[in-house]
Amino acid sequence: MEFEGPMQVADALRSADYLADDRISQVVFLAERLSKPVLVEGPAGVGKTELAKAVATVTGRDLIRLQCYEGLDEAKALYEWNYKKQLLRIQSDVDHDWDTISHDIFSEEFLLTRPLLEAIRSTKPVVLLIDEVDRVEVETEALLLEILSDFQVSIPELGTMTANTQPLVFLTSNNTRELSEALKRRCLFLHIDYPDAEREQLILNARVPDLSEHLAVQVAKVARSIRSLDLKKAPSVSETIDWARTLIALSVEEVDEDVLGDTLHILLKYQTDIEKAAKELTSSPAG
Amino acid sequence: MLPVITGFIDELREAGVPVSMVEAIDAMKAVEAIDLGRRTGLRETLRSTLVKNMRHERAFDTAFDIYFSTVPVPSASDETSGAQPPQSGDANGADGGAGEGGFDEGALFNSLLEALAGMDDEALRRAVREAVENLAGMEPGRPVGGTYYLYRTLRRLDLGQLEVELMEALTGDDELSEFEERLLREEVEALIERLREEVQEEIRRRLVADRGRQAVAKTLRKPLIEDVDLMHATSNDLAEMEAAIGPLTRKLAAKLARRRKRRTGRLDFRRTVRKSLATGGVPADPQFKHPRPHRPEVWLLCDISGSMATFSRFTLQFTHAMSTHFSRLRSFAFVDTIDEVTDFFGPGVDFGSAVTRITTEAEVVWLDGHSDYGNALETFYTRYGSQLTPRTTVIITGDARNNYRPPRDTILSDVAGAARALVWLNPEPTAYWDTGDSAMSHYAKHCTSVHEVRTLRQLEEFVETLTLPTGRTLQNV
Repeated sequence: MEFEGPMQVADALRSADYLADDRISQVVFLAERLSKPVLVEGPAGVGKTELAKAVATVTGRDLIRLQCYEGLDEAKALYEWNYKKQLLRIQSDVDHDWDTISHDIFSEEFLLTRPLLEAIRSTKPVVLLIDEVDRVEVETEALLLEILSDFQVSIPELGTMTANTQPLVFLTSNNTRELSEALKRRCLFLHIDYPDAEREQLILNARVPDLSEHLAVQVAKVARSIRSLDLKKAPSVSETIDWARTLIALSVEEVDEDVLGDTLHILLKYQTDIEKAAKELTSSPAG
Repeated sequence: MLPVITGFIDELREAGVPVSMVEAIDAMKAVEAIDLGRRTGLRETLRSTLVKNMRHERAFDTAFDIYFSTVPVPSASDETSGAQPPQSGDANGADGGAGEGGFDEGALFNSLLEALAGMDDEALRRAVREAVENLAGMEPGRPVGGTYYLYRTLRRLDLGQLEVELMEALTGDDELSEFEERLLREEVEALIERLREEVQEEIRRRLVADRGRQAVAKTLRKPLIEDVDLMHATSNDLAEMEAAIGPLTRKLAAKLARRRKRRTGRLDFRRTVRKSLATGGVPADPQFKHPRPHRPEVWLLCDISGSMATFSRFTLQFTHAMSTHFSRLRSFAFVDTIDEVTDFFGPGVDFGSAVTRITTEAEVVWLDGHSDYGNALETFYTRYGSQLTPRTTVIITGDARNNYRPPRDTILSDVAGAARALVWLNPEPTAYWDTGDSAMSHYAKHCTSVHEVRTLRQLEEFVETLTLPTGRTLQNV
């Protein structure tokens, strides 16, 4: 499926319950048109991962996900030789000479593909999501460069594997460290911030269909108000959605001080933050 | 289109945004692929291809507004407003009534109010255009960035009154609780901010039409946040610095950790021989000693008097963020006497509140609350001097403006003698040292080194040198 313009991207994403603003839809459109990876950056819980999932849904592609963490290496990201199977192969075969065997054990049969290689070798078009790329060490980042610029992987024993279909690549980062220039240069950069009250209200309506219009407006406004405070961790969009669901479960029809004081712990996860918000927004301290 | 975009990229580079050749080519390719009719489309396309760091977005937005603004249509009343003398704007009580030149400010005020309350973008833009035309008193050809025009327009518009009436208009007949009122006020503030941005954009549009893109871009060019002078930072700048300090310290920490890993130790003879047994006594695999990480003990002495508060705060924050790289970090604050404030920065403590506590709880004022370096240093040495060791690096942050009191600088030579190094960080430009009541050279002669630290970047560089191995002294930094 090909998009004709950013408008179609926004419409398509909306059908997957993802509300994209101008910036997001423009960048997704460009990513598809120019076949470039997208580096999505922003605070936790603004829908970075969700975006990749939504794009996969609307384009009908499979989603392949690589969760990054400290200590991630080639064997877990790219490929690994199936060492045990290779051993069995050598032991079971005593008739052939070494040359044949050594040629044989480095074939695709003994290759264990990991997410990156899988995305390259897939026959169906895919969305590759490389999640929290800022968690890996700078050295490991280099692993990604070949994939991101040329969509290929070089395996010394087998040669270079080029992508069958162009994958759409999304990298997400919480900006806990500065990513390398080389990585950034290869990507389109997309910074997603907390949505403004209007968009947040639309997101709430899409994600929590039972929520009344009036309550959605109030939830969005309270969220904006709390984010303007100086907090350790501002409430994310996913947390406001949780809050809206809670309000429905409690069959609240009107957000007031008491309701907010009782449910603040859903929006905020640090005791100091809760106390601060309670002091600012309500007249009674929260428990 | 090509010359405009290359000009735009040049402007970004001038403003300090690193745009590589590849990125420029990407941008051109991307621009070819999009529909140029939509301005936001073009903006986001260029942003995603050219700007790869959140901190550069402000520079990008300013440049974009200048290079891709729509030229305003001059209207009939342009001539009269253009010819008005600049001082005419100064004498007016703003609220209602007809202003000079038959211009009805009351009507404008009402149309702005209506546009904002009804969230009517088109009407807002029309009203703003009218406001800038009549109130800014723009003079063609003057090489200014428009801040003055912005100030003038907004003052005549009387935003305070507008805010009050907007509140009333949006409240309607309902009775609001305190909580609801707060939410509404925030909404009104957001609307006023919208208005401010619209006015600014309109003024820029007119400046560009008047003087051309390059000239305006040059006047409006602002340094990146790492390069903003700490002493002259606006509150907006400070907020941005605050946000930038986290990533900067993390970047530095990662850099230091990487340096740690490098094998630079001497040959470990015992382990090499032990290992050689496996290879029949041949030392095939030499083993090296791991160098002990250099962790200096750091004492920070910060002047927290009025003028120095911001700078000291950033120094404290930056150094504390790096505290894992020091064996021990103690902080002291002084105005005209000194107090230890290390305990205010325990783990998990919110930095902002810690700083507030220092200013209220620590005993830093002895006499009149004006800086007295002489007394502060003397108190420091008598109280804590005996705890100084040859591993201690003492860092003093301050402008050395002593209010013409005796500098008592001989104390510093005692401090320098007892410590490993004594470093002075001065946020003033070197040219200002020793002017007026600055006693910098008195103190400088006892210091191991003296640094001018005026920006976050310089601060970052300094903190990095602090963790250098012992072999390299602080002097040749």
